[in-house]
Amino acid sequence: MADTIKKIDGITTEATEELIEETLAAYPEKARKKRAPHLGANEPTSATCAVKSNKKVVPGVMSQRGCAYAGAKGVVWGPIRDMVHVSHGPVGCGVYSWGTRRNLMEGIPGVTSFPLDFTSDFQEKDIVYGGDKKLEVLLREADELFPLNKGLSVLSECPVGLIGDDINAVTKKMEAELGKFVVPCNCEGFRGVSQSLGHHISNDSIRDHVIGKREFSEPAGPYDVALIGDYNIGGDVWAAKPILEEIGLNVKSVWTGDGEIEKIAATYQVKLNLIHCYRSMNYMCKVMEEKWGIPWLEYNFFGPTKIEKSLRDIAELFDDTIKANVEKVIEKYRLQMQEVIDEYRPRLEGKTAMLFVGGLRPRHTIGAYEDLGIQITGAGYEFAHQDDYDRTSPEMAKGTIIYDDASEFELEKFVEKMKPDLVGSGIKEKYVFQKAGIPFRQMHSWDYSGPYHGYEGFRIFARDIDMAINSPTWSLVKAPF
Amino acid sequence: MSTTTAVKPMTEHSAEEIERVKNWINSEEYKEKNFAREALVVNPAHACQPLGAQMVAHGFEGSLPFIHGSQGCASYFRSTFSRHFREPACATSDAMTEDGAVFGGQNNLFEGLENAYALYKPKVIPVFTTCMPEVIGDDLTAFIRNAKIKGHIPEELPTPYANTPSFNGTHIHGYDSMLKAMLEYLTEGHKKEGADNGKLNLIPGFDGNTGNLREYKRYFDAMGIDYTVLADISDVFDSVCDGTYRMYSGGTPLDAAADSINAKATISLMKYSTLNCMKWLEQNYSGKNNILPLPMGIRKTDEFLMALSEMFDKPIPAELKAERGRAVDAMTDAHQYIHGKKFAVAGDPDYLLGIVSFLLEMGAVPYHILCSRSNKKFKKEMEALLATSPLYGAQGTVYVNKDLWHMRSLCMTDPVDGIIGDTHCKWVARDAKIPLFRIGFPIMDRVNLHRTPVIGYNGAVSLLTGIVNKFLDTVDETCEDQWFEMMR
Repeated sequence: MADTIKKIDGITTEATEELIEETLAAYPEKARKKRAPHLGANEPTSATCAVKSNKKVVPGVMSQRGCAYAGAKGVVWGPIRDMVHVSHGPVGCGVYSWGTRRNLMEGIPGVTSFPLDFTSDFQEKDIVYGGDKKLEVLLREADELFPLNKGLSVLSECPVGLIGDDINAVTKKMEAELGKFVVPCNCEGFRGVSQSLGHHISNDSIRDHVIGKREFSEPAGPYDVALIGDYNIGGDVWAAKPILEEIGLNVKSVWTGDGEIEKIAATYQVKLNLIHCYRSMNYMCKVMEEKWGIPWLEYNFFGPTKIEKSLRDIAELFDDTIKANVEKVIEKYRLQMQEVIDEYRPRLEGKTAMLFVGGLRPRHTIGAYEDLGIQITGAGYEFAHQDDYDRTSPEMAKGTIIYDDASEFELEKFVEKMKPDLVGSGIKEKYVFQKAGIPFRQMHSWDYSGPYHGYEGFRIFARDIDMAINSPTWSLVKAPF
Repeated sequence: MSTTTAVKPMTEHSAEEIERVKNWINSEEYKEKNFAREALVVNPAHACQPLGAQMVAHGFEGSLPFIHGSQGCASYFRSTFSRHFREPACATSDAMTEDGAVFGGQNNLFEGLENAYALYKPKVIPVFTTCMPEVIGDDLTAFIRNAKIKGHIPEELPTPYANTPSFNGTHIHGYDSMLKAMLEYLTEGHKKEGADNGKLNLIPGFDGNTGNLREYKRYFDAMGIDYTVLADISDVFDSVCDGTYRMYSGGTPLDAAADSINAKATISLMKYSTLNCMKWLEQNYSGKNNILPLPMGIRKTDEFLMALSEMFDKPIPAELKAERGRAVDAMTDAHQYIHGKKFAVAGDPDYLLGIVSFLLEMGAVPYHILCSRSNKKFKKEMEALLATSPLYGAQGTVYVNKDLWHMRSLCMTDPVDGIIGDTHCKWVARDAKIPLFRIGFPIMDRVNLHRTPVIGYNGAVSLLTGIVNKFLDTVDETCEDQWFEMMR
């Protein structure tokens, strides 16, 4: 919990509750009852956030959510660079998720890394006769044409689960034949209520088919850690990992940004798991804790305040060498970060922002905004759970608005009333607000910029937020005639 | 849990092995293996039916596209349109989940229609499907009728619907089905026997270029032809930024759509994305129905304007003739920079025919022509087009049902000077070290290209300018000092 309860001028619980009431009034009764528990005014001192989450989308309201496949392909599997990820089913899912998450990767495309779209492109006959045989042939072809792959994943799309295909039997057979990872992931888009189940199903696949099956070539060391839940959006991993290395830790594997499947499989050998995206991977940390006794720690690399706190928290789990390194690193970057703040904060002080992103970033980025003098008046998630909201509540000021799985309609109403200087959300929301003359940054993809993690990332974040809010183009929106 | 296996060491690939594979994937031997694929598709250049249906559904006044099926599909389609146009793409879904898979999606549809109507007050809700309800066999006809009987939405609210299974055809077939459904629904009961309304209906087809649509309209205005563009996305996906967000911007007016059945003539400019719709029109619309080629390049634009002139008995105005003259002037001036250059081209059938036609006019060589899902009919039509130009067309080969990984093999083993296609082609372009000229859908990595027409005389000039200047930039950027010179 934050040390002091935050307050923002002009934001009151009463006004926020009134806004929620007004917004809900437009819904038919059944939908109103379903949506009401997902909206609330923040109460930072409450033990649990009162907003409900992880429930089904209300049909027709225009939710911004994706599906289990999106969570599996886009989030967990897609970033693993040395695997062939097969979108198993009709052509669309693979095409729409091809290169659209910005999980950058090293390697030679098509040779040692595979940022391509592999699909079985189901046709009517595959629906009628089943796709298992085709999948078997396909996996063999993929392995032959991309021989340096270190594994193949099979990500089921909706029809696969409906027609009774058994991808698990096929992958088991093919794993034996090919002698490398062939991992099934039953992440049909109709499963669950959001991307979140796709993360979980993927975690299950890693648990059942991957982890524990490889070992690192080098002997284990006392500073071996894994970086969990950083997907290298816009190069985030490449900005975060060097900091951990600079304080003396040895980052043995990354889940899953710019990730390598065999290193993921050997992660059970590390001493500590450091988790950034709690929502998508906390389950795997718990599995490794239970089975191999590996402790885990949440950390936050957005903005210097949170970075410093996180580094000190990490240091607590290590010896004096690491502790001393951490202080040195903090000292080294503090001046640089102050220069960034001195440049941008005067232009951003007192501005407000509203956030609506996936399952982590609304709460994790608050500190970075605050480092720049920006206050967050509203926050919500597409697919977060109760534990995410509980972690959000203390970070937010009293009476600010919290919205779970917000519909297009709600977001518009809330923004119209709260009048933030910036909205941070996704591609589907972006142009709605920009048409209304409201500055916007995509906070899933870093709006084609990044990295935003680490010290390097904060410099870019500050520049981007400043350019969004202070772009002279906004002054042209209203015609003088 | 799967059976426990022994813990294995890391797999290491030597630098030599990596180098070998890196070269191997560029080889003839690899190409053969690559073309022998039977099951695996890599980097397809097509999307699924409901995406095309959604484009149509956006193109009518006050229309809210409604996806019956999984919510994730809706998010994918919306994101795809927003990335391409940099515009909002508001559409909703009834978010079917496991219970929908078991019991069918009727309850989702009821609730979804009721909520969508109450919140967003659309004038029309076009409904189309994802693969999930198609696999389980949901009966849309009954479901929508029941939704009205039970009062979830008003009886009079137009609810055209189309079945758009993703495991059949591509986005262009979804476009076809949805457009047919829209027109069937909106025109019902509006046919007037006898006199026509004197207007032209234009069906642009699955076109991600709003500039093209505006250009067609300019032609009609210049010729004094009263028109209705059916599924008009120009103001939907090229809307103003003036401080007010309008969820419904532009689109074909519903009364104009209803009256379209009485038009003097209807023209489709994309045969392959309107096949069924045009068949239906032929039987039901009173006017003359014409399928014309996408007017790319000079001759196809001539053909388009002459057809308009003939159908409406209006002369082609001097200003358009002058425009033609200026375009030809630009082409003769610049021909030396593109003559004989070889191109790889990938895209939808109608666009491919247009691009190839333009290249042949320039004396360029359309060399690898690839449509990642089509049929023999298209292949034959393209081959016939190539045959019209023994000098430049004869070298071209047409590939259907091949993907962009096949295209990569073609460009690595039998090189070309440039590739034309959508953003997905950038991987081939990079590996083959050739420029990509972005035409088609989606374009996710450059700004504003959808605002510049590629059809008509002006479109030919902008295509030519883009291609030639890029070639010249490359010369200036890469030539050695002694070859760097003032003029080009």
